[in-house]
Amino acid sequence: MSELDRNADVVVARGLTKRYAGVAAVDGIDLTVRRGEIFGLLGPNGAGKTTTILMLLGLTESNGGTIQVAGADPMRDPLEVKRHVGYLPDAVGFYDNLTARRNLRYTARLSGLSRDEAETRISDALARVRLADVADNQVATYSRGMRQRLGLAEVMMKRAELAILDEPTSGLDPQATFELLDMIRGLKADNIAVLISSHLLDRVQAVCDRVALFSHGKVVLEGTVGELARQVLGGGYAVEIEATGPNLPTLLAGIPGVQRVTDSGDGKFQLVAARDIRAELGKAIIGAGGSLMRLDHIEPSLDTIYRHYFEGDHGAA
Amino acid sequence: MARRSGSVFTGCGTVFLKELADHLGSGRMRILEWLVLLTGIGAVYTAIQDLKTTTSQDPFLFLRLFTNAHDPLPSFMAVLGFLIPLVAIGLGFDAVNGEFNRRTMSRILAQPVYRDALLMGKFFAGLATLAVALVSLWLLIIGLGLIMLGVPPSGEEVMRGGAFLVVSLAYGGLWLALAMLCSVIFRAPATSALSALGLWLLMSVLWPLLSRFLTEAIFPTTQLTLLTGPSYNQIVFQQMLARLSPNTLFAESLLGILDPSTRALGPVFMTQLEGAVMGNPLPLGQSLLLIWPQVTGLIAGVIVMFVAAYIVFQRQEVRA
Repeated sequence: MSELDRNADVVVARGLTKRYAGVAAVDGIDLTVRRGEIFGLLGPNGAGKTTTILMLLGLTESNGGTIQVAGADPMRDPLEVKRHVGYLPDAVGFYDNLTARRNLRYTARLSGLSRDEAETRISDALARVRLADVADNQVATYSRGMRQRLGLAEVMMKRAELAILDEPTSGLDPQATFELLDMIRGLKADNIAVLISSHLLDRVQAVCDRVALFSHGKVVLEGTVGELARQVLGGGYAVEIEATGPNLPTLLAGIPGVQRVTDSGDGKFQLVAARDIRAELGKAIIGAGGSLMRLDHIEPSLDTIYRHYFEGDHGAA
Repeated sequence: MARRSGSVFTGCGTVFLKELADHLGSGRMRILEWLVLLTGIGAVYTAIQDLKTTTSQDPFLFLRLFTNAHDPLPSFMAVLGFLIPLVAIGLGFDAVNGEFNRRTMSRILAQPVYRDALLMGKFFAGLATLAVALVSLWLLIIGLGLIMLGVPPSGEEVMRGGAFLVVSLAYGGLWLALAMLCSVIFRAPATSALSALGLWLLMSVLWPLLSRFLTEAIFPTTQLTLLTGPSYNQIVFQQMLARLSPNTLFAESLLGILDPSTRALGPVFMTQLEGAVMGNPLPLGQSLLLIWPQVTGLIAGVIVMFVAAYIVFQRQEVRA
């Protein structure tokens, strides 16, 4: 790793371990998050995601391993780390009796911003999360989605190098989720590294550059969604077709490049091929006198990867 | 051991100001203030009815406002002994667990401040709120006294009044720190409030009885003691037990500071009284010396409670 790459890494964790009463909640994980990327920590509840996040923030002491967050060690220099990291906790809470602006003002003062600087940043952040109109209402009147956005505004206000978002979309309706993810992309545009933890895979897939799959305190898979798909699903180009015609399964299996054909009934077939063979497939079916209703390339979804992984032998580990 | 870098006081002032604003604006504080105000005025009013007849003879007329009891009401001093803990517990019982329950704790601790700042800021904000309430109450009593008695307080009376404020604040601080300790230990505010109030009842109502029973268990009544009365050791032992309760320390301190004729808080031998002019007031310095151990005990109690809360809080996991 060259010196340049090292500087570009916002989080570097090696062999990170945390035990609660002798049981390892996080068991020797390695993590690297680069500047300006969105990194997803995925896994079922209790897999160690939140514990990992708390260790990155220096809010929980690790039992082993080394961490560097924004160039500092959260155990030795927690204030320096917290100055450069924004955190949106799972089910974030605010002081209900205060307005949104006052809530942010409090954390701004705590993070050491001067009064004037804080005011401009607060107004700016509230506008970005589209809460400017209701900024002077009590937070008690806010919906869950608005609270979540307010939490994101707090992260933006801090102008952190790293934003850690713990389950940011849980409990939100689809519209609110969509808006929130859009704002998270906005963070990336500011060259802020974003670490998202979630068990809602399909939503996270939409924004993450790279993901790490957690299971029982270990990172079992890491990489881009495409890489994971190749690892777990055995690579290949997946196609779904809906067609009728004589002897279709044999015909499809005979096309050069096709590795596997699954008949899912009702005239639907799933194929795995070495490369994009959609054109050949169409020609072959029509040429054989069949009729082609649908021909789709299936994007490997995290959901599929995830289920495949945990259904396989790995899941028993 | 790795040393943490940065000051533990970073953010302490911010927490202090925010908590102070919360306290002074909260509905709970309104209720408690009215409670203190009404009982205080009631006690002073009845004391004044008694005092009007003795205005000319007493050099420490104003201090009598605090100490005079008039049936069926207790003296203002005694009322404070009950009310200060109540106010302090009211201010502190949900200090830490409230942050957890509002789910604001992890968000606050993700800011560049240590936990120390949060706890200290909250403690000092509670103490400042108590101080504001006590000072305004004190001024109110002086004002009432001026109007109803028509004589100004002497310089020494004002100084004794100041000492009274300090002692009351230490007493309030003790209960505040205890309430905060409860708020760190118990996650549910109701449990925290109940345990703090339970301790308060134990200390103010049950402990005086308990200390007497315990003393009698250790120094059983015999034929001899029936004739001669309790032995010196027995009296000292009982007093020592009673002084484990902050209420005793507070009551004794106030007695010493507000009643200048108090010469001793423990047993006194006849020989020691030789040549003393009974009922003659002590100078302020001597009164302060007299109550110094009690005040030290109160302040030590504050520190012990705060440190206990601090240690438990530092070891607590942030996640619920």
